Amino acid sequence: MTNWYMLTLVGTDQPGIVAKITTALLDAKCNLGEASMIRLGGNFTVMLMVNSKLDPNEIATLMKSCCEDLSLRLHIDKINGHLHDHHIPDVRVIVSGADREGIVAQVTRLLFEAGMDILDLNSDVAGSAQNPIYIMQIEGIASQGVDLIKKAIQSIKSDDIDIQVQTIDTIVG
Amino acid sequence: MPRRNILLYPDKQLKVVSKPVTDFDEKLRGFIQELEEAMGDGPGAVGIAAPQVGHAIRAIIVDVSSHKKLTHHGHLILINPEIVEWDGLVTGREGCLSVPDYTGNVVRAERIKLSAFDPFGKELNFDMQGYEARAVQHEIDHLDGMLFLDRLVSRRHDLFERKTYKKKKKTQNE
Repeated sequence: MTNWYMLTLVGTDQPGIVAKITTALLDAKCNLGEASMIRLGGNFTVMLMVNSKLDPNEIATLMKSCCEDLSLRLHIDKINGHLHDHHIPDVRVIVSGADREGIVAQVTRLLFEAGMDILDLNSDVAGSAQNPIYIMQIEGIASQGVDLIKKAIQSIKSDDIDIQVQTIDTIVG
Repeated sequence: MPRRNILLYPDKQLKVVSKPVTDFDEKLRGFIQELEEAMGDGPGAVGIAAPQVGHAIRAIIVDVSSHKKLTHHGHLILINPEIVEWDGLVTGREGCLSVPDYTGNVVRAERIKLSAFDPFGKELNFDMQGYEARAVQHEIDHLDGMLFLDRLVSRRHDLFERKTYKKKKKTQNE
C-alpha cells in the first residue's frame, strides 16, 4: 500500500539541490510524480509529488541529513493525489506594468468573478529596485467563455497596466 | 480488417523518418481510409500522420473545420506534403494523439505555402495560416520523426506575441 505525499522544500538557492533531494528520495525507494521547482527571490522552492510505502515521519527521517546539508526546510502532507489528470487551459491572461500594491488580488478577483478557473499562475518582479515592474502569466479555463473575461478586465485597464487576454486553441494531432 | 491503433510515445516507430509515396494506387487509398478511422477514434483530433499508426509513409490528414470562425480549407488528405515558404512565428499550445494527457507550447510559422498531392496524384497548393497552418506543421513533423515534445518552449518565461498589433497612430497633421 503506497500513499501520495506533497513534499514542500524551501531554502537558499545553491547548486545541487534537485540532484541531492531526488537522490535521497530514490535511496528511500520513493517514486516521484509531478513537480514544480523554481527559484523565487533567491530561494529555491520545490513542490513535489512523492509516492511511497513510508509514513510521513519515516520520509522526514530519511530526508533529514540531506535537508540539513542544504539548509532546506521540509514539509510533508499526505494528499489525495493522482496522476493523469491534466486539464487543458483555454485562456491565457498576461498582466504587466509598474509594480503596485494589490495588483494580483485585483486581477484574480475579477477573473474568478468572470468564471476563470486558474490552472497555472506565475509572476515575476523585474525592472529595478527603484522602478519595479510586475509581470504575471495566468492560464486557466474560462468556464463562462473568454469574452466575459475580456469584458471583465476592461475595468482595470489603465495607463500603468497592460492586460492581454488570449484564447488558447490547443491543436491535437 | 482490424482497426489501426495509434502508437504512443515512446514507441520508436514515431521517431522514424517516413518515405515519400510513389504509387498513388488503391492500396494507398485503402490505407488513407484506415488512417481516417484511427483519427476519428482520437478525441478532438484535428489531424493525424501515417507514422502514428505505424506506417512510415508521407501521408497526413488535417481537418480543422470543426473549429468555427477559422480560415481553413476543410478536410485535407495530403500526400508528400512540403512547406515551400513560411512567414512569421507564433507560439501556440499543442497536444498529440501519441502523447496522451499532455499539452505544451510550441513555436510554429504563422503562415505557410504548402504543396502536396491528393491520393490520386493530383498536385495541390495551399496558402495557410494560423490554426490550420499549425496543425499541418505538427503533422509534417511526424513524417520527419519529430514530436511536439521535441519543440517545447518554456512555459514560464515565454511572453506570448500579441495576435493583433495596434494600428499606427495618426499624427496631428494627417
